[in-house]
Amino acid sequence: MPALEASLRWKRSAAMTAADAHRAIHHTILAVWRIEQPRLITSLARMLRDVPLAEDLTQEALLAALEHWPVTGVPERPGAWLMATAKRRALDHFRRSRMLERKHEMIARGMEAEQQAMPDFHSDLDDDIGDELLCLIFTACHPCLSGEARAALALRMICGLTTEEIARAFLLPTATIAQRIVRAKRTLSQSGLAYETPRGKELSERLSSVLEVVYLVFNEGYTAARGEDWLRPELCNEALRMGRVLTAIAPNEPEAHGLLALMEFNASRSAARTDAAGEPVLLLDQDRALWDQLQIQRGMRALRRVGELGGTGGAYALQAAIIACHALARTAGDTDWSRIAGLYADLAAVVRSPIVELNRAVAVGMAEGPEAALAIVDRLVPEPALKAYHLLPSVRGDLLHKLGRHEEARVEFEAAAALAGNKREQNLLKRRAAEVTDGARSS
Amino acid sequence: MRFMYIVTSPKPQGSPTPELMAAMHKLADREIKAGRMLDSGGLMPVATGAQVKITGGELSVVDGPYVETKELIGGFAIFELRDKEEAVAAAVEFMQLHKDFMPGWEGTCEVRAFAGP
Repeated sequence: MPALEASLRWKRSAAMTAADAHRAIHHTILAVWRIEQPRLITSLARMLRDVPLAEDLTQEALLAALEHWPVTGVPERPGAWLMATAKRRALDHFRRSRMLERKHEMIARGMEAEQQAMPDFHSDLDDDIGDELLCLIFTACHPCLSGEARAALALRMICGLTTEEIARAFLLPTATIAQRIVRAKRTLSQSGLAYETPRGKELSERLSSVLEVVYLVFNEGYTAARGEDWLRPELCNEALRMGRVLTAIAPNEPEAHGLLALMEFNASRSAARTDAAGEPVLLLDQDRALWDQLQIQRGMRALRRVGELGGTGGAYALQAAIIACHALARTAGDTDWSRIAGLYADLAAVVRSPIVELNRAVAVGMAEGPEAALAIVDRLVPEPALKAYHLLPSVRGDLLHKLGRHEEARVEFEAAAALAGNKREQNLLKRRAAEVTDGARSS
Repeated sequence: MRFMYIVTSPKPQGSPTPELMAAMHKLADREIKAGRMLDSGGLMPVATGAQVKITGGELSVVDGPYVETKELIGGFAIFELRDKEEAVAAAVEFMQLHKDFMPGWEGTCEVRAFAGP
């Protein structure tokens, strides 16, 4: 396969079969495309004032590369090739649809002129796409779309994942994701929201719908079990990447930095979260030597930026500050529980969630003792939102146990076991119920 | 996956041209904004460093400059990328800048994945 050999400035091992070589170039093309894709889609979106259309054309350029490069070789300036191809497709699109409106005519003429000009090989490096990328992100994460649709669009348009990769990551059929993307793009086109550029105060307000999607993607990857398709945990990295992009192009938004810090801290514990058998290890029992210090440092840097911007009171910033207390403690015993309890109190004032209040109770219990914590938990018992939440009786049982009220603790652990969703947790709670019964007998 | 890029050259070849510096700076800026580059750094000349080594069971400290140096490490970068293909594509782009903006330069950009999960 001489063309393929020429195409790869990458020298591959002689033992590689033709099929391997084919897969390799396919992979290489996707990798090159992912590097170029943000500039392609943002440039096209700016030109066409239409994100869904820009997305279609960017995909068409990828298909063209997959068709041509295995034969011709990866061009020396792959970005310029892809851009020229996508623009040519845009021209074809206008001609085909015979759009004679003034706007389209002007765009087409401008593009033709550009096509004839000599390409500047490194113009892509001179092109700061920050503003356009922000606009793209805001369009993909428009609040008029469902969280699921926003996540799929963002992964495709911002991270350059293929529909198939997104489907695998979310454990869904490819057709479902494809349909979700098509519908979302149609919604954007039809509602006239194809190119949204919020500025100033509106930007900050709209940012929350973006951050929500990034965090949703992160958590989807974070809850993935070991041994599942590697693309699932990879979602954490894609979310982190989006977080880093956001903080780079919208550097004055404290909550973007807060979310990035939160994600960096959580991801820093990946290697310590499960034991060799794949069983989960609770935070306080984790081997802290396995925590990723580079990621913790990055989290701290993001958190410092939050402070400089005066945003320490934001919901993401507070959650990040809480995890930072754990990240900075060299042993579980060094944890600053009273600071954590204080941060939970601040968080409860921002988000007003009984679950946050329950977490605060746990921190208060660690800082001041079980009595103070039980007073908080008892106030939460009538809370309707916690009626079926197994951690309420579980925490209450733990506090009662520490206070020597074993019989009451047993009742709580049994109630918690009955509410727990998964088998592993049920077993743990039943074991605790049995333990306090034994404790009561021996005392 | 996390990757380390280590740039080495067989001999000292002078400082990078201003054009190369400018191009690398723009590339780094783009990579930071793309969320891929986590860290990077250049290293001071080998002559200012030291080597602590064990040879034949003997531990010794040797201050630079050294009599024999096979290759010089100029700098490193740490990237968070999806796979090796992406890592190689990024290194090719980086080295293309050297080819374009510092003719005659010779060297290697080594791509190594971090061990671990």
